[in-house]
Amino acid sequence: MRKLTGAVLATLLTTSAAFADPVDDTLILNEETEVVVRTAAPEHLADAFDEVMSGWLFRGDETRAMQMDDFDNPGMIFVEQAEDKWNTAEGTAGKSCADCHGASEEMAGVRPTYPKWNADAGEVRTLEMQVNDCRTTQMGADEWKYTGGDMVNMTALLASVSRGLPMNVAIDGPAQATWEQGKEMYYTRYGQLELSCANCHENNFGNMIRADHLSQGQTNGFPVYRLKNTKLNAAHSRFKGCIRDTRAETFAAGSPEFVALELYVASRGNGLGVEGPAIRN
Amino acid sequence: MKISVITALAAGVIASGVYAEEVAPTAVSFEDGAVAQSLTGVAGDSANGREIVGDKGQGNCVACHMLTDLADVPFQGNIGPNLDGVGDRWSEADLRGLVVNAKMMFEDSMMPSFYRTEGYTRPGNAYTGKAADDTFAPLLSAQQVEDVVAYLATLKE
Ligand code: HEC
Ligand code: HEC
Repeated sequence: MRKLTGAVLATLLTTSAAFADPVDDTLILNEETEVVVRTAAPEHLADAFDEVMSGWLFRGDETRAMQMDDFDNPGMIFVEQAEDKWNTAEGTAGKSCADCHGASEEMAGVRPTYPKWNADAGEVRTLEMQVNDCRTTQMGADEWKYTGGDMVNMTALLASVSRGLPMNVAIDGPAQATWEQGKEMYYTRYGQLELSCANCHENNFGNMIRADHLSQGQTNGFPVYRLKNTKLNAAHSRFKGCIRDTRAETFAAGSPEFVALELYVASRGNGLGVEGPAIRN
Repeated sequence: MKISVITALAAGVIASGVYAEEVAPTAVSFEDGAVAQSLTGVAGDSANGREIVGDKGQGNCVACHMLTDLADVPFQGNIGPNLDGVGDRWSEADLRGLVVNAKMMFEDSMMPSFYRTEGYTRPGNAYTGKAADDTFAPLLSAQQVEDVVAYLATLKE
């Protein structure tokens, strides 16, 4: 009996190993919007990769299917909630996002360029930082918590209106120093397990680490709805989790370190289509 | 406060009494990646070693390695080589070196060092995401390493 179970499991293991490669599949949203999930690697990555791939290709059939239709995508409920916020006046200026920006669809094309250099502030800003700047400077409203519900919902709305557009963050000019900092972090072996982002997502994508099928760790799907915690997760929450899993002292969401890392990781996905809110395990 | 210091001291005395010959993580000596001397002088318990290799909360070696002898442990990773037959491929001293610090054998190896306490970047307090405190210890104890080595030595084709 014991032997039999062993044999059955061994077969399962072999089978799952055979499925460990990314699938050959096309992502079309709502039967109309095609999203690039696999494309030639950006020039700065030529030494590491020929192709960059979305995390979507590394998920199971059901998870992939769930993302293809907005009615099945649980992340879209939060997009709707953010749409309400978009149109609601808040703060001492009595303005809503829509008062300055028009309909949320007008923001198509914004998500793919973030994180982005802001000349007035003299810093690289994530989408979250920009949203909070609008809230405080333009609306006279309170800042939202970096990875709190309101913020992650709003970034999901901003991603959703850019779905299908290719990620396109700038890494040269004034953003370059921040990008270099992020790159340095990407290859640093953090924690007691001494694992870098590259160990898992550059050298071992497609392989299994215990039950997890490693992807290239791209950010084009963020914020992602995770089946594991049944909510939207910001990129910085994911970074935190990945660094924590190396038995390291992690960095805080919204910290200058994570802003730099986000710019660098986003640049590794330049060319991949925006998917947020994507569905992941 | 006083009490906890005394308890800690007492625990230290007991520990050093039991493992009189224990080699500290900072005092392990390598030759070509291998460690000839037992870390404890106490023979390894291969049954316990088998447990450690498969247990998520202990060695969790199966996170990266597959091995047929542990086929009852689901979800084995394939980052490192299959461990079937490692007892034929490597001597006991090699295996000890690999578990203590595989980077001495394979430069830049992805494999974590299981019996080392120094040289980390932002070491944490286990999986809390917080900074390491004075409870920081090697991933495996000296005797656990010996148990794992004893187990690996039994893995013959
Ligand atoms: C110990 C292995 C490991 C390390 C080290 C690691 N990750 Fe991950 N990461 C995972 C696993 C497992 C997942 C979930 C499966 C997947 O998408 O790869 C994941 C997922 C991700 C995702 C989500 C991808 C998606 O499409 O949803 C991103 C982004 C990511 N990691 C970035 C990073 C960054 C940045 C670092 C370094 C700071 C890092 N990871 C370090 C294991 C790791
Ligand atoms: C994060 C991944 C990882 C973990 C965890 C890990 N290993 Fe490894 N291991 C590797 C890699 C990768 C290699 C291949 C050596 C190299 O090229 O770096 C390796 C090599 C080995 C070898 C040599 C195998 C051969 O066929 O030559 C042995 C033995 C070994 N590991 C045992 C263990 C044991 C025992 C544990 C747990 C106590 C463990 N490993 C945990 C990644 C890992």
